Amino acid sequence: MAEGIKDKVAIIGMGCSKFGERWDARPEDLITEAFEEALVDAKIEKESIDAAWFGVFYDEQNVGKSAYPLSQYLRLPNIPVTRVENLCATGTESLRGAVYAVAAGACDIALAVGCEKLKDTGFAGLPERTKGTFEDLYQPGFTPPGAFAQLGAAYAHKYGLDMADLKKAMAHVSWKSHENGFLNPKAHLRKKLSIEQILNAPPVAYPLGVFDCCGVSDGASCAIVARPEIAKDLVGENFVTVKSMQLSPSNGVEMGHQSWDGAGTITTRKASERAYAEAGISDPRTDISMTEVHDCFSITELVLMEDLWLSDDGMAPKDILDGRFDADGDIPCQIDGGLKCFGHPVGASGLRMTYEIYLQLLGRANDRQLKDPKFGLAHNLGGIPNRNVAAVSIFGMNE
Amino acid sequence: MGQFGLTAYGSYLPFQSISRQAIFDQIGWIQGGLKAYAKGKRSYADWDEDAVTLAVAAARQLLNTTDAAQVQNLSFASTTAPFLDRSNAGIVAAALDLADRTHCHDSSGSQRAALAPLVAACHNQGDGLLIAAGEKKPVQPANVMEMLAGDAGAAVLTGSENVIAELIAAQSVCSDFVDHYRTAESGTDYVLEERWVREEGLAKIAAPLIASLLADNNMSVEDIDHFILPVAYPSHARAIARTCGIKEDAVADALFTDCGFSGVAHPLLMLNDCLDRAAPNSLILLTGFGQGMDAILLKTTEHISSYKASISVQDFMTNLRVEDNYPRFLASNGQFHPDWGMRAERDNRTAQTVAFDKSRDIYGLVGGFCTSCQTPQFPKARRCVNPECNALDTQQDYRFADIPATVKSFTEDWMAFNRNPPLIYGNISFEGGGNMFIEMTGFSPGDIAIGDKVEMDFRIKDIDDKRGFHRYFWKAAAKRKM
Repeated sequence: MAEGIKDKVAIIGMGCSKFGERWDARPEDLITEAFEEALVDAKIEKESIDAAWFGVFYDEQNVGKSAYPLSQYLRLPNIPVTRVENLCATGTESLRGAVYAVAAGACDIALAVGCEKLKDTGFAGLPERTKGTFEDLYQPGFTPPGAFAQLGAAYAHKYGLDMADLKKAMAHVSWKSHENGFLNPKAHLRKKLSIEQILNAPPVAYPLGVFDCCGVSDGASCAIVARPEIAKDLVGENFVTVKSMQLSPSNGVEMGHQSWDGAGTITTRKASERAYAEAGISDPRTDISMTEVHDCFSITELVLMEDLWLSDDGMAPKDILDGRFDADGDIPCQIDGGLKCFGHPVGASGLRMTYEIYLQLLGRANDRQLKDPKFGLAHNLGGIPNRNVAAVSIFGMNE
Repeated sequence: MGQFGLTAYGSYLPFQSISRQAIFDQIGWIQGGLKAYAKGKRSYADWDEDAVTLAVAAARQLLNTTDAAQVQNLSFASTTAPFLDRSNAGIVAAALDLADRTHCHDSSGSQRAALAPLVAACHNQGDGLLIAAGEKKPVQPANVMEMLAGDAGAAVLTGSENVIAELIAAQSVCSDFVDHYRTAESGTDYVLEERWVREEGLAKIAAPLIASLLADNNMSVEDIDHFILPVAYPSHARAIARTCGIKEDAVADALFTDCGFSGVAHPLLMLNDCLDRAAPNSLILLTGFGQGMDAILLKTTEHISSYKASISVQDFMTNLRVEDNYPRFLASNGQFHPDWGMRAERDNRTAQTVAFDKSRDIYGLVGGFCTSCQTPQFPKARRCVNPECNALDTQQDYRFADIPATVKSFTEDWMAFNRNPPLIYGNISFEGGGNMFIEMTGFSPGDIAIGDKVEMDFRIKDIDDKRGFHRYFWKAAAKRKM
């Protein structure tokens, strides 16, 4: 394995807009809200930034293509800006671009921004889109909940579970995130729900009900990263560093080969193995203090606990019901509410996860602050279980 | 000259039907007289079926019993063909993955469209003619055809080896007698008065033609074992038989009770139903009515005893799911236009360049078979999908259409756009290898489980409302419970 990026890049400032139904805000407003927070946090002027990466998924309904919207909104001094898109891993991809540029020595200070203005699409869920000129000819007309719901049927079948029992564990996933999101002033959904409410919600795609699905939100998030030596000058000795960033896209096995059982995500297993290795983590169940995972649907978070090697195969439902991933559990998951309640403005989500880990590591998470977190793990899953992009990033304090 | 006639046949009825009482319950306040027909059930095709897919399904039933290499000519017959200027037969041929030198043509214009090529074959002794008929009649609410019609497909194949029913002779007569008509402007059938049709049309056209055909072949009405008169009104055949002197027990069942009149497909569907049970050496008088009449004499051979259709017409009818949801029935043939939601607004423009380049993949469901690791896969790709192989350019064509599969995962999606919600889809595993993420059909909500057997059905995939186009692909269909 290559040397990797561990501790080669520091995060010196982060910002995140309020997520939610931001009818009164345009992308410019959301991005500015996040960026100004990060700028103050990093104690720099925007002219110090060498290059920027801009993550947007639904370009047609958001800001359009290309990088210049970011340059224009922030009045950047004509520095390089790169627009990136990688489904729901878009925000993480913008961060990876900035981090790699700093790690490579091409930049001293780099900016990563992710933004999505989903509530301008007119859809209650994610809008329809083409899958490609060939794929449209044969791919099913799926929706994200329907595609992820497949995990539920396949998981129950694989482990011989009664769907009613699996649904109880799934409901606990959502219940926990609503409890956490209630404490987060920037979260989209700040309302506690009972297990009964979750279980009795109207169906969306079997076995998922409405409360198994995450919020569809507007929002922006950003990070300013720099070489550790610069970080010391700007923010002192204690700062957050990037321990690893790994990405794993599907190569067609899930769609076309019988070796995949449909009950998990191959890519998350690959990306997390590499991320743990890059970060020097041999026992994630001990070393990882918290996770922000891609809980687009309750069943997704459930299988991810196994795919991230935090539960044994077949044991995630029990671990979830035992409270292992609750706020007071061994490895809290979605302490900020997650996609479920913080919300899921696609292009911003990866950076939002990083934002929460950043706050937790620096002890700035207020009511939801965890005790002495050591390493935080962010996980994105772009696409659907059949064909996706998994991103796993690990962050900790500088050593 | 040796025997010449039919060597195989196949039938197809959709998964569902609606009880005629359920129709009458909704439209009786408009047309109380239709109560006379408010009994039994009529088959109806789902929104994703049309005359082409019905014909393909029937032809595939036929090809379950016969080698496709015997097909040299394909005649697609229908008055409800989806395309006015694009070979519908060409779509059927592509779905059947027939050889590209197959001569294909569309037959249309009257209810006799399926018999026209059969009459020609009878005169010319044309081997290897596959006639694939399909009809999905658009019906107007409260029109009598809404009660009388049914959707179906039927197919026959001609040849001179292992003939199951010899084509003896055929005669035709033409007459511009307008019992009903449909134009692009009318959209649905305009149906004329029943008794006038029977007495001035059917009786006066049929009787002399049948007499002439029998006389020219030195036969009498007494010789007829099965009399097939496919018309919409179920009582007409018996009346005409009486007029012609044909014995009552020879009159073939019009399939009214459990199917309905399937237009162009109906002569062949009734013939197939007859052949399903006919004894050797039975004389069949097959007719077709529509601006004249065709009359064809067939005689079953000893091979009929050993021929077994993959699914009989009676089995299809017996196993139709009976529904009573009238709006769902209307939606299936475009007579009901609810708000399907924003997801229905997706632009389904087809990239014709890609559709043509990938025609065998999409229409023939032909994927790849890696000769290095023996892994079947869809779609065919430059590199093998098997993670242990990934060999480059090792794949041969591999048709999945006739390979059984099992459900590996599924959902019933109430959010996705579908004209018959929920949209059911998931992963399936093919016997012998291969996995597909695919839409499913023939299942009701709560009716599907992992491990269920599925078989591939050729269906409409997406409708492009803006451009009046639709494209086809395959769906994993529930295995019919027979």
